[in-house]
Formats: sequence, C-alpha cells, structure tokens
Amino acid sequence: MHGHRLFCILGLLGLALVAGISPLAAAESYDPWPGLVQDIFSNRTMNDGSDVIGIEMPTRAEDAAIVPVTLKSKLSPDDDRHLRSITLVIDQNPAPMAARFELGPEARVSEISTRVRVNSYTNVHAVAELSDGKLYMVKTFVKASGGCSAPTIKNAEEAKARLGQMKYRQFARNEQGPTNGVREAQVMIGHPNNSGLQMDQITHLYIPAFFVDELHLWQDNSPVLSMEGGISISEDPNIRFTYVTNGARTFRAEAKDTSGHVFQKEWKVDGSGS
Amino acid sequence: MRRRLWLFVMLAAIAASTPAGAQQQPLSVTEIAPGLFAHIGEIALMTRENEGAIANVGFVVGNDAVAVIDTGGSVREGRRLLAAVRARTDKPIRYVINTHGHPDHMFGNAAFSGDGTVFVGHSNLPQALATRGPHYLEAFRRIMGDALIDEVKIVPPTLLVDGTLKLDLGERTLTLRAWPVAHSDSDLTVLDEQSKTLFAGDLVFLAHVPVLDGSIRGWLRIMDDLSGQDALRVVPGHGPVNEWPAALTDERRYLETLAADIRALIARGAPITVAADKAASSERTRWQLFDDYNARNATAAFSEIEWE
Repeated sequence: MHGHRLFCILGLLGLALVAGISPLAAAESYDPWPGLVQDIFSNRTMNDGSDVIGIEMPTRAEDAAIVPVTLKSKLSPDDDRHLRSITLVIDQNPAPMAARFELGPEARVSEISTRVRVNSYTNVHAVAELSDGKLYMVKTFVKASGGCSAPTIKNAEEAKARLGQMKYRQFARNEQGPTNGVREAQVMIGHPNNSGLQMDQITHLYIPAFFVDELHLWQDNSPVLSMEGGISISEDPNIRFTYVTNGARTFRAEAKDTSGHVFQKEWKVDGSGS
Repeated sequence: MRRRLWLFVMLAAIAASTPAGAQQQPLSVTEIAPGLFAHIGEIALMTRENEGAIANVGFVVGNDAVAVIDTGGSVREGRRLLAAVRARTDKPIRYVINTHGHPDHMFGNAAFSGDGTVFVGHSNLPQALATRGPHYLEAFRRIMGDALIDEVKIVPPTLLVDGTLKLDLGERTLTLRAWPVAHSDSDLTVLDEQSKTLFAGDLVFLAHVPVLDGSIRGWLRIMDDLSGQDALRVVPGHGPVNEWPAALTDERRYLETLAADIRALIARGAPITVAADKAASSERTRWQLFDDYNARNATAAFSEIEWE
C-alpha cells in the first residue's frame, strides 16, 4: 500500500516532467483568494453572489493591457435590497484590487463596464455589497494573452499628450425608450495609469507609480458612481454604465491621481434620453 | 509489470529533458541577393516545438563584417542562425540589429553576445525591453518551457537609432531608420543599399495577419512614407519575400478596414467587446492566424480610435 502510493507520486512526477509542467505552473496552483479576502474584506463572510451580480470577461485576455470587464446587477426590480458597492479583484495581478465602485444611493446603477490589465492566468472576483450589509461574490477565470502583448503602455508620447483630457458620451437605449429614465453613458480620462514597476532606462530610477486613484461622477449634485482605482485599470481609464436619470441637466466628473492632479469637467445632459 | 511501466515513465522523462541535439543544425536560409540571406519563419505562434522560430531573420555580408537582422524566438534559434552565418562566412558579426522588441525577434540575442558585437535598435527599444522583458520571460516560460527560456537574456541595444543611421560593413552600407509608433513603439527598418532589399521587421506582414501593438493611426500615417522607401523587394517580419512596395497592399487594406469598421462601430455606440467580435471580419479568409490576433487588434484599435 505504502509502496503503491510512492509509486503513484513518482509516476506523477515523471509524467509532469514528460508533459513539461514547469515549477511556475505549480506555484500558480497556490490560491491567493483566501489571503485577499482577509486583506481586502477583513475576512467577512462571502455569500454566493450568482443571483446578485454577473461578471463578464473574455475567456482569454486578447490584449493583456486592455481586457474588457462588465459587471451587471441581477437583482430583480422588486428586490428590496440594492447594490451599495462592487469590488473587482484580479487575483494574480501585482495589485489585485483593481477597483471598488460605490453606487449612488438614488442612481440605480445596474451595469458597469471598464477595462483592466491582466498579467497572468487568473481568477477574477467581483464582490457586491448589498444594502443588507452582506457581501456576495462571483468569479470568472481569464487566460493570459498569448503572443507579444504586455500589460503596459503602448504609446508613451500619446499618453502624455492625453493626460487629463476627459470625454463624456451618452448612448441611445432604444430598446427601453426614454420614458423609464434609464440612461447609458461613458466617461474617459486620458491618463497613462503607470504601474511604477518599471525602471527609466535613462535615469535608471524606478518610474514612480502614477495612476488615477479616485473618480467621482454626479448628475447635478447627486452621486451616480465613484471608483477607487489602482494600476490594474487600463491606461486611459474608461467607464461605461447605466443609471436612472433624476432629470438632471448636467453630468459632472472629478478624477484625482496619485500625483495630486485633480481633473474636473461638466457636460450638458441630452434630456431626450437618446 | 508495475516496474516496467515505471521504467518507461523514467525513460520518457529523460528523453524529454535532453536538448534535441547538442550540435545546432544551421537555420535554413535563402540567398535573396548576393551576400544577403534570410530565413523565412513558419507562420505560427511561438511554441516549444517550433522553438519560437516564427519570425523572419537574416544577415548581410559586407567586405569586412556581417550584420545580423533579428535573432529569433529562442537562444536555440539564435545559435542556429549563428551556425548559418558561419556556414557562409568567417567575417566578424559587427552588428546585431533588432527591428523591434517582440520576443520572436529578439529572444535569440544572447547567442550573439560577446566578440565585440554591437546591438543596434530604436531609441525607444531599451525602455520597451525594460518594461516588457520580465513579462515576456514569464509568459513564454509557460508556453515554451524552462529549457528554452532559461537561457534567454533580454539584451538591449547600445547603439541607438533616432531618425536614420548608416552602418558600413565594408563596401556595403545599411541604412537604418527609426519610425514613429506604428506596429510597436520601437520599429526600425534596415535597407541594404547595394541590393535594394528592405528588412521591414513587423512594419510589414504578409500572409500572417498584421499584429497591432503600437498605434493603428500611427501605422496608417507612415504607410506613404514606408512605401516610398527606395527598395526593390522586402523581407517582411512575417511571410514571404515580396516585391516592393506591392507587398504593402494587403496589410494596408487590412488596417484601413479595421480602422473604418471600428469608427463605424464607435459612431453607433457599440461597446469594445462587439468590436472585438466584428471588426475587420471581411478580412478573415485573407489571412493566417486571423483568429489569434484580430480580436486583440480590434480591442487595441478601439481604445485608440475612441479618442478621435
């Protein structure tokens, strides 16, 4: 019995060698999630979130620097609970906590899309906090990109030129019509969102981390959505979301970065709802 | 019975861990013009089996010295390229020129380190390699295995090109040109003035779907200037040697189609995920590896064109 078990272990080792499974792959079988629950969520209980929230990502990160992610509320309109916040965690990234979204109490945000960097094969968790004070978790798995894409900036010059530019766009939602008040909009901020993990080849100094860490969005003076972000958010942070209008005439955004820049802009909302 | 199976497993493990032939077979190269040789890579993704040998690599022999243009996707491929050089000339390899910083073009650099060889690249290349190098090593270790990746060293250039630079190989001049962000942020072309052959690196793809890792608008902006290069033929980064500038036609059409489709999708409010599925789908049957790269190209192009 004992000998048989030893044989099995040796056999598996042999097969691993044959299959060329590297120590790296073995290291990645280590699951960082329990540690992340402790660090990010103070070990609070994670409830099954499959009826609360959906997370959509491509199965493979096509471009490691720009991986689209969509978070969707699954709560039915007559549920008396509502979403307070959603935290997005990319387990294997150097900075796993990608973003924490806080949803305005009256804005009824039901969908948020953004773009993230994905360094490796990884679980991605979305944790929703509902108005009942409990956490609800869902996860998906994303394969790393193949080929020569890297989770870094592509065009440093253009990124510099775009720093601080902000764009707002409102989308038509014909299928629902304007009467129910649902709006879909997008806010973009020009920012390199540098990781700070790279050395400048001329000065040989590490480039300090330089990223958007806060973004707040309002309709008139009512908060719609805010994001606490990190270096896992792609260059030029981009958020597309749905919300319910309160009849506001303006939409306002304020972003702050780690160097203390504050970027602000206000736009007129198209009242027709298209 | 059990013992025999175990013996088989052990033998198989030993066989797998032994490098395939200690002696390097020279890489197959074609003499495209007198003294100018190229190896045309397999149109494929880098794998353990192909040892990363997917990009076109080559060398030019002058009266005094040799210049190698790109070194391939592993040190093993680099050594095979070195063997191909040595099968044809004893002249010193004075320059190794990297057309940009992608693994399939520079993972073989270490095979040429030493002996006074100078590494040459775009002035952006050292920064690109410093930023991406560690990620490439980790990513390709998974794909190609420890044996091939352990010996790869990221060797940055020390002779940098900003604008143009002429290299003299002895009665033979190479004109190097550094380009603005296009395929990548460190694209460099090499023109052999004697034979009018252009090594275009990944600024030119043929048969292999173009791969975008820089700026689609930048790439389209340089098309006229690129096609005006005084060459008779091109060694593209991937795909067969072809006449110049006719070789640019397919790539230009692909990039223009991709950009136009994405502009239309953005105008009607489509999200980036739809672009990844739909943009440039009319090009699917015209290229190899389309499904490996088109969604990625569309994703990158979308996030760029969105700012127009």
